[in-house]
Amino acid sequence: MLGLSAKDTRFLLIVVFLTLATPFLLQPFPETSSLAQFNAGYPDLMQKFAIFGIFAIGFNILFGLTGYLSFGHAAFLGVGSYTVVWMYKLLGYNVLPGLVLAIIISALFALVIGFISLRRSGIYFSILTLAFAQMSYNLAYSVLTPITNGETGLQVYLNDPQILMGENSPTSPHLFGIVMRDSTQIQMGDWLFTMNNGYYFCAVIAIIAFYISLRIFRSPFGMMLRAIKTNQTRMNYTGLNSRPYTLAAFVISGMYAGLAGGLLAAMDPLAGAERMQWTASGEVVLMTILGGAGTLMGPVLGAGFIKYCENIFSKINDGVLHGWFAFMPDGIEDLIVAMIHPFVGKGWHLTLGILFMLVVIFLPGGLVEGGQRVARLFRRNKKAGPGDKDPEHHPKQAPHVAE
Amino acid sequence: MTNSTFTRRGVLKTGAVTGAGLALPTIFTSSASAFTNEPTGSTVKFGFNVPQTGPYAEEGLDELRAQELAVEHINGMGDGGMLNTFTSKALDGTGILGKKVEFVTGDTQTKSDAARASAKSMIEKDGVVMINGGSSSGVAIAVQGLCQEAGIIFMAGLTHSNDTTGKDRKANGFRHFFNAYMSGAALAPVLEKEYGTERRAYHLTADYTWGYTQQESIQSFTEAMGWETVNNVLTPVGAGDFSSYITPVLQSGADVLILNHYGGDMVNSLTQAVQFGLRDKMVNGKQFEIVVPLYSELMAAGAGENIKGVFGSMNWNWQLQDAGTKAFVQSFGQKYGRPPSNSAHTCYVQTLLYADAVARAGSFNPCAVAEALEGFEFDGMGNGPTLYRADDHQCFKDVLVMKGAENPTTQYDTLEVVEVTPRAQVEYAPNHPMFGGDAATLGTCNDGA
Amino acid sequence: MDAILLQILNGLDKGSAYALIALGLTLIFGTLGVVNFAHGALFMIGAFCAVVMQRLLNLSYEVVDPTRTDFLGNPLKVQMPYVESWFGTEFGGGLIEWSVPLSILLAIPVMVGLGFAMERGLIKHFYKRPHADQILVTFGLAIVLQEIIKYFFGANPIPTTSPDLFSGSFDFGVLLGFDPNTIIYPYWRMVYFLFALIIIGGVFSFLQFTTFGMVVRAGMADRETVGLLGINIDRRFTIMFGLAAAVAGLAGVMYAPILSPNYHMGMDFLVLSFVVVVVGGMGSLPGAVLAGFLLGILQSFASMNEVKSIIPGIDQVIIYLIAIIILLTRPRGLMGRKGVMED
Repeated sequence: MLGLSAKDTRFLLIVVFLTLATPFLLQPFPETSSLAQFNAGYPDLMQKFAIFGIFAIGFNILFGLTGYLSFGHAAFLGVGSYTVVWMYKLLGYNVLPGLVLAIIISALFALVIGFISLRRSGIYFSILTLAFAQMSYNLAYSVLTPITNGETGLQVYLNDPQILMGENSPTSPHLFGIVMRDSTQIQMGDWLFTMNNGYYFCAVIAIIAFYISLRIFRSPFGMMLRAIKTNQTRMNYTGLNSRPYTLAAFVISGMYAGLAGGLLAAMDPLAGAERMQWTASGEVVLMTILGGAGTLMGPVLGAGFIKYCENIFSKINDGVLHGWFAFMPDGIEDLIVAMIHPFVGKGWHLTLGILFMLVVIFLPGGLVEGGQRVARLFRRNKKAGPGDKDPEHHPKQAPHVAE
Repeated sequence: MTNSTFTRRGVLKTGAVTGAGLALPTIFTSSASAFTNEPTGSTVKFGFNVPQTGPYAEEGLDELRAQELAVEHINGMGDGGMLNTFTSKALDGTGILGKKVEFVTGDTQTKSDAARASAKSMIEKDGVVMINGGSSSGVAIAVQGLCQEAGIIFMAGLTHSNDTTGKDRKANGFRHFFNAYMSGAALAPVLEKEYGTERRAYHLTADYTWGYTQQESIQSFTEAMGWETVNNVLTPVGAGDFSSYITPVLQSGADVLILNHYGGDMVNSLTQAVQFGLRDKMVNGKQFEIVVPLYSELMAAGAGENIKGVFGSMNWNWQLQDAGTKAFVQSFGQKYGRPPSNSAHTCYVQTLLYADAVARAGSFNPCAVAEALEGFEFDGMGNGPTLYRADDHQCFKDVLVMKGAENPTTQYDTLEVVEVTPRAQVEYAPNHPMFGGDAATLGTCNDGA
Repeated sequence: MDAILLQILNGLDKGSAYALIALGLTLIFGTLGVVNFAHGALFMIGAFCAVVMQRLLNLSYEVVDPTRTDFLGNPLKVQMPYVESWFGTEFGGGLIEWSVPLSILLAIPVMVGLGFAMERGLIKHFYKRPHADQILVTFGLAIVLQEIIKYFFGANPIPTTSPDLFSGSFDFGVLLGFDPNTIIYPYWRMVYFLFALIIIGGVFSFLQFTTFGMVVRAGMADRETVGLLGINIDRRFTIMFGLAAAVAGLAGVMYAPILSPNYHMGMDFLVLSFVVVVVGGMGSLPGAVLAGFLLGILQSFASMNEVKSIIPGIDQVIIYLIAIIILLTRPRGLMGRKGVMED
């Protein structure tokens, strides 16, 4: 189906199902239980999962396949966001023109930056991309304030032209009248599920993005990119010029990043300069490595993992902790709360850092490898003998960048 | 899910009771309720969105302490703090309109994106009716915009840029903290008295919107009293080493250095300017001076001895002697063993003001609350008679001019109050050009329905 | 002219910090082939050694002063440092004042120990792993280290003063025949520059003139062959890691009076130090030092008002702009060796 093998089709269908069922899967605890703190099924976080999933899928096309480690992909994210907000300001709140233009403009940016940066390889390439992104960030934060509104972030004002705005047009981002912010809520017993228009919009795009990435992974072009990663010198000796292939991969992943940035602004009409900072570029690198570089699902898992930690752990405060352990005797309760206290709330960074280290120490292939180990464990129980050919993983974990 | 400092044992119990009542599946859209997050149970939830990581984490922590204290006082725990001195008596220590107040906390990371994500999770997941806090203008403006769109009230924390209630003012947003214009208006007369009218000022300005508005305000006030502005140099945020910006100062013939910096930048630029010996120099026959227009206790502590004798302005200070301040300092000090900072004060007052407005309006509907806050006159909150102006949702009250103390006795009194500038002196027209002129509008109140 | 001289001074000072951090980073890159994202954190911990020393010397007992009151109206408790009561205010006070230079004594064992622990406990297992894994694990470690510091010292910058002897500034202008007050430079920054020169010189002569250094240099060039010769190169690499950590730490200690230490200062320097190392060329120690000073001086020039008025915002991007230009004209940075981290 759709030009995929049976195995890949099954894999894609699983992804489609998981994506569409996210509002239910992420809401496992009833509203009234104290574990509802861990529920992630609210619109903003689900949108972030989908958007950063797209960002990481795109980044993986470059890094996972070619081994070129870009430290400047956040620049395209920012460009995408600024484009969409400018379209709001000039045309109106329909997200479509902005998103299309975001992909085009980030592709142009990626073409220029990629053309220059790809003249070098290894860490020299990484630093070149980092330099371009940091320049964009610093300029957007200060000198370009008339275009970017600097630290405050670009937003829509009532006196903006918005020439396509009709009398009854929604006053927030929408797709032909479907307002992104609107949700339908379903209450089932103690469970409250929120099905948000914006999330489903992102989810459909994420599925398409995933499908394209799957096709690229399986295509001759994808094979060519892997060949570059394995041994670029040998490829050059066979008379092939690898530069057009890497540049194409760079531009494609830049377009993914631009799309992700555009979607961020499509969900929430604001574009901040810090989206371009090196920490944002580093975040997508971490997402990809954490999930498993070069695997199809890994980057998405990594993105979800980091966004979940950021949004859920940072909101646990002492009051919440006391709520959880209220059933214990006072002394023990206080002791346990004191022990957990440094890792949550203002200490959520610490938890993230420790988890990074644990994952990379014990699961060298990232979260995907963790999943595979579990899967192998089950399979061994069923029929002795490793059937080690997951569709979500290409056969051998090749060494990564700059080896 | 919910959290509270007072009924932590009750959480599980209430959970079990309400759970039984909702057995049947029902479908409704978010527009079914009268306004966003209309509280239906016996509790109402506030969102405290403060920086908990990054350079302003310490300030965020102090804001959180104050907000927790405010919730306690609203719910009738502790000694009541400023509720005893507040001129409005609508709050009686039984919560708000019979509902106990609970709160959720979040981390802004001092980034607009993260702050909005955190605020959204409070609105969408926790169902808060009001968001309070923050320690930077960019974040405040971003979250204010979000609250406007979502239809809840935003009570700004520490935000000093003119834009918050200027060109970015919003009908659902309210600011108690003072602004750059007021800093200029309060500082200028004191500077004139101390340093005379024949001065040449050199500005170092943080290269972002807050820096611009503060520099513009200070320049216009110092020039009005006869000072000359030699130069205004923009410095990158987080530059760390300011030496290459400080060294040209002496050569320029300036005799006053004005540091439009905040936080870590202010600590480093001031420390380094003092290291360069600027304050020991005589220029144009006058002693060289440094001015830091916006002070905060925590940042003053970071600069250590270098702030001695340096003038600046503040929204409030714990050393004031009025009844409201005393009550608050007493109550905060008893609980946390330290005096509150001025950002803590503003967050505490904002929480009480919101609660009081709800009680007076008789409803949590953000539009009713906004109406109750607009044009509200009150006293007993530490800043003298105060007005929440209806035109731009800015509080007008006395502003403090501060100076680094020569002989501090503890780590908390490194700043001393030089003058309490009366409210009349810092007032301005709502359509003042520095505040967006005539183009700036609040828009209409949004209750999310 | 005087303005240019001043910016050269500023640049030398900025450059010494960059050079010291980049030197340590290159030692780890060059010898061990490890991308160490925790290097900024080591610099930060060095700066906090100065804070700890200051705290240690200021350990106090409380004396109640009934004549004064604190903010709650209770009698004021005055802090009396033990050091002052043991050695008298004269000598004890002097010790407190000299806490930053004294903390070098603390920083060396702490940083070397930390370096050993990091290499033996963690980095050792990552030599054969992809660079991406090294980035992830050292980045995680950096976060953990800085969160630990934040837990104990808070997020605010902590004022750390230099000794009174070095406070104030020196008037170069008079020395060179300019008007007074045109070229002034703080004594402490000159101390920092000299200190950096000594450390850099020390590291170079250590590698150049000792047998140990010779073996390490041989190991950098061809690790396998050196191993085959029966030399325990691993143990030497551990020592090199300790050395690199100590260099980063010392850079931090002495920088504390210039930049009040806070827990995230390491991250602020991290990106910059990578740019410096790469501009210098991978695996080249002289390259790292040269690039450090070059970028420091160019950044200072870009901060001049005259330059900024022609190209606004140039001071914010100059480092990256120079990096791009150098990497495009010289494929391996200023002095990089072929084949190091290039694939």
